[in-house]
Amino acid sequence: MIDIDFSAQPLPEGPAPELALSHLDTLWLQVTGTLCNLACRHCFISCGPKNESHPFMALDEVRRAVETGAAMGVKEYYFTGGEPFMHPEIREMIALTLEHGPLSVLTNGVLIDEELAAWLADTFERARYNFDVRVSLDGTTARENDAIRGRHTFEKILAGAVRLHRAGLNPVFTVTTCHAELAESAGRQRFFELLAERGITRPRLKFLAPFKIGREERRGGAYAPYERLTEDALDEEARRSLQCSSCRMVTAKGVYPCPILIEEEGARMGDRLEDALAPIRLDHPACYTCFVEGVTCRT
Amino acid sequence: MSHLRRFAIFGGVYNNFLSLEATLAEARALGCEAIYCLGDMGGVGPCPDRVFPLLRESADLFVMQGNYDHSIGHRLEDCACGYTDPRDNYYAQISYDYTLAHTADEHKDWLRDLPTEFRRQWGGARVLMSHGSPRQVNEFLWESMCPDSFLTHLLDEHQADVLFITHTGIPWQRRLPDGRQVINVGAIGRPANNGRTSVDYALVEVEGDEVRVTLRPIDYDHQALAELMRQEGLPEPFVETILTGWWTTCLEVMPARERARGRY
Ligand code: SF4
Ligand code: SF4
Repeated sequence: MIDIDFSAQPLPEGPAPELALSHLDTLWLQVTGTLCNLACRHCFISCGPKNESHPFMALDEVRRAVETGAAMGVKEYYFTGGEPFMHPEIREMIALTLEHGPLSVLTNGVLIDEELAAWLADTFERARYNFDVRVSLDGTTARENDAIRGRHTFEKILAGAVRLHRAGLNPVFTVTTCHAELAESAGRQRFFELLAERGITRPRLKFLAPFKIGREERRGGAYAPYERLTEDALDEEARRSLQCSSCRMVTAKGVYPCPILIEEEGARMGDRLEDALAPIRLDHPACYTCFVEGVTCRT
Repeated sequence: MSHLRRFAIFGGVYNNFLSLEATLAEARALGCEAIYCLGDMGGVGPCPDRVFPLLRESADLFVMQGNYDHSIGHRLEDCACGYTDPRDNYYAQISYDYTLAHTADEHKDWLRDLPTEFRRQWGGARVLMSHGSPRQVNEFLWESMCPDSFLTHLLDEHQADVLFITHTGIPWQRRLPDGRQVINVGAIGRPANNGRTSVDYALVEVEGDEVRVTLRPIDYDHQALAELMRQEGLPEPFVETILTGWWTTCLEVMPARERARGRY
């Protein structure tokens, strides 16, 4: 264990940068709020079976947000939670959104049984626009993954993903790199090998850096004081590459700039999408991760 | 009788001088008064320098810069396709390094200085041509990823009634509810992941105020191209695509829907 002396790092000076919305390309919907069947140790919004700080969205709320987004020319939609497949009306939500544009659903994969996999594959076949299911997996062994996502989840996640694959869907595997070596090419190679063993020969993988907030703050430590963005750190290109220059997140409790900050006091922008198009201030420490790691939650 | 005007538009040459020859020959035989190339000269094919004599200094030909041309023109280290899949990256780098090494300096300079969009008025229509999208040279506009309302927004924003793009390598066309059109002309350098060895370009016919666009397949001597690729030591998966019509690489960025139509 190496002790880092944070006092040696220069503290950022000056105000946090402001970022305008260039165009609403990506609309996120927190369809199941903070309710989840798992309680992963790295969850940056502390989701779990008992966290009701953001409740489920009603079908009509989803319809309204998607239709408003469509009128604004949104390019793609994302459903997340919590665990989206806990929502009793998730299928109606998926169907209505796919009439307006491409959709990705982010899931932990545990609830995907044969019947659901078949329905999802059929939806993929019929939809006018692209439909993706993204499954989170945080290691190439049960030991590695279960330490983060909970006991016995490794096999359950893989079983769900294999069902999707057999039904005709090629899910995107999302790996949060709590085990830093997984982001390296040898780590990636281990995923290819694991998935090939399970019959998924051309997998799609996405790697995401952890955000040191929510439950992850307790697991991996909080942000240091120097981990802040300042105006002069961001040039035009860096601004464009931040996902919040083209996204917003709708929840049952209002609209937020991005999927990461929904539990942050002060990040809430308004009740409706129309009220949430103003510039945002990148004054949250998680913004530092987005900038340094080049994180985008998009598939 | 109203007067019929014809134009041809293609993109994604990918070093394929044989399909380029065939496309230009057909466009000229059909009496196209102008031919537009939307960029990406280099890529998976053999002998990069053989496309330039065909493209440069023809009075009927207008050529635009794609992201690949930008990278080659500025002698950058990679094509900036941004893959994260190790297999896609590996092959993309091979074709990029090969193209960079075999493109003459004067052609690199020519690529560096090409324009990045064309605007025309055809019939009553404001026509815009871009490489990726009008707002970003390397934005992928795939059919399954472009809602009508998003395309409407792009056309409004960039003041166009007909938009032509390339960059993804797979052609499609759509008439929006308001009658405006978006056409991805695909690529003439390699087949469109459809099991056919032909490639595609767009033939435009303007009659009065009507702009009719047809995507047309082009057959060329793909066996000869494959043979030359092997002689040049290019990877066998590239050769397989030319011979079978199925993509073997660059699959990561392809949406699941387009990918599900292919073999891999
Ligand atoms: S990381 Fe995902 S699956 Fe895990 S608790 Fe959070 S929302 Fe649920
Ligand atoms: S956390 Fe990231 S996506 Fe969210 S506002 Fe900050 S920079 Fe933007």
